[in-house]
Amino acid sequence: MAKFEKANSIGEWLDQRLAIETLKKVMNTEYWIPKNINFLWAMGMVLAATFGILVVSGIFLLMYYKPDTALAFDSVNYTTMTEVGYGWLWRHIHGVGASLVFLVIYIHMFTGIYYGSYKRGRELIWLSGMGLFVAFSAEAFSGYMLPWGQMSYWAGMVITNLFSGGSLEAYGLVEWIRGDYVPADAFLTRFFMLHVFLLPLVIIGLIVLHFGTLRIPHVNNQDGEEFDYAEAAELYKAGKVKESKVIPFSPVFLSKDVFVMGVYFILFFYLVFYHFEFAMDPVNFDPADGLKTPAHIYPEWYFLWSYEILRPFSKDLGLVLFAISQVIFFMLPFLDRSPNVAPASRRGLFKYWFWILLIDVIVLTFMGKLPPTDALFANIGLVAAVLFFVLWIALPFITKSEKKL
Amino acid sequence: MGKDVKGRRDFIGMALGGFTALGGIGALYAMKRSWDPLPSVKAAGFTTVDLSAAEENVLSVEKWRGKPIFVLKKSADMKKDPRDVVVGSDHFHVSIGLCTHLGCIPAYKPTDHKFLCACHGGEFDASGHEIFGPPPSPLEIPPFKIDGTTLVLGEAGPEYKKMLDAGLTV
Ligand code: HEM
Ligand code: FES
Repeated sequence: MAKFEKANSIGEWLDQRLAIETLKKVMNTEYWIPKNINFLWAMGMVLAATFGILVVSGIFLLMYYKPDTALAFDSVNYTTMTEVGYGWLWRHIHGVGASLVFLVIYIHMFTGIYYGSYKRGRELIWLSGMGLFVAFSAEAFSGYMLPWGQMSYWAGMVITNLFSGGSLEAYGLVEWIRGDYVPADAFLTRFFMLHVFLLPLVIIGLIVLHFGTLRIPHVNNQDGEEFDYAEAAELYKAGKVKESKVIPFSPVFLSKDVFVMGVYFILFFYLVFYHFEFAMDPVNFDPADGLKTPAHIYPEWYFLWSYEILRPFSKDLGLVLFAISQVIFFMLPFLDRSPNVAPASRRGLFKYWFWILLIDVIVLTFMGKLPPTDALFANIGLVAAVLFFVLWIALPFITKSEKKL
Repeated sequence: MGKDVKGRRDFIGMALGGFTALGGIGALYAMKRSWDPLPSVKAAGFTTVDLSAAEENVLSVEKWRGKPIFVLKKSADMKKDPRDVVVGSDHFHVSIGLCTHLGCIPAYKPTDHKFLCACHGGEFDASGHEIFGPPPSPLEIPPFKIDGTTLVLGEAGPEYKKMLDAGLTV
């Protein structure tokens, strides 16, 4: 056995066995964060905290949930909501959390795009982040199935039908995914498994990977400035805190994150207690009925932009474009041909590209919510959907011609 | 390290790796099969519908394999179609009531003799042909057999096979 000295404190005892001092240095006291960043850089920790809250509220919802098409609806809407002490609280937290997490994810993504935080060593941060986006989308969809209301059933029907691949008519695949001809018991139990176990596990793994990919390139900063971290760290450690460009993640930087989180959670719990209804679709308070489609089917707000890309086109073209829109953001680090890591405002045409993309996605989101019958809105939706692809095709060209800063 | 030591270590590694790969392939197959529809789901497959009680231009919706089935008795002013199920002198439109776009249930508008899909605005005529919007193909006809005035769903009778061969449904 290795030789151990008698420890003088619990900390020392642990350090001898787990090297926690080294760990603390690598992940906290000597994990250097640039000073030149703003509140948008707190969104990552806000996401991590929101995920934690989703896990805790989910555990309590799980206590009375019954994954059975005959029982699920009542186990949520009757038992948890009216009988279980504070059951409504977990449900409202879980619903509001699932909605807000996407708002913050979108802010976090567009911050990354704006500051060019996805290239020159930060490609893996971006790719693991997109992995998280896809995993969260699957998690949100599978969770939406569980109350087995009308929207659960029909969203399940429409989304699984996407896998028939249009003219490929792969109905065998669709039935395989469902485990039945239509969404039924086998469908509900397997999506239950995905929602409460497999996908959360994948998400936790991806969060660890995402944090790992950040450690070596470090986070970007407001000017995209590259500097010598070792030198800046020496200055800080030598007590020249003012002159140094960096601060340690913990406890110094974390206090800024904690401040932003404080503001965020005031909003979060305001919504939980006073405005939870925005996260609870009234149509889903009718039990699932395979013989009656609700008058108007639409997904939760965070899927509307891609749903709108599906709608204005013929079935096959719509499916192909929809599939591309789901993965095109993965390609960002490779489609941006400019060497500059800088805020969009200093990058010539890319500045316009960024703002047009952001507005286009917002327009698509609004159009996706409107019924398909109004010709004016249908045309706006069509134009916005076409523009989305024009932007991505234009990206390599406009970034290629960008002047090196 | 001696040459034969390395060789023996490699052998152990490769033996384990080989069996693991085999087991892994087997496990993948088992996983795929676990996601398959159960035999009980596959077998629960036949529904009978009595056509003698049907009223003209009134849509009735039956349930077969969890899916809605449209049965519409055509009135004299409605166009006949090779896709019609003919019983005596009566023409019926029979189809799986799921939009061929993404599977919503279209609603029947008796005054226009049209099916309207609320999800993305698709439209079908009273014979199930797509006439507007994203649906790429006509409403599907379920396998059926005519037995007097009853319709057996889930069993392919000669009339159904003829439609299938003529490419009138998939
Ligand atoms: C629940 C999901 C996520 C969590 C918990 C998370 C967490 C974090 C954290 C803690 C940071 C460092 C602090 C910051 O810059 O905000 C970060 C940075 C980053 N994340 Fe995420 N993230 C998530 C999803 C995503 C997604 C969906 C993307 C986009 C595809 C993404 C892309 C990035 C990028 C590019 C950075 C680097 C920012 C920079 O260098 O300035 N992340 N993430
Ligand atoms: S599902 Fe009917 S038009 Fe899309």
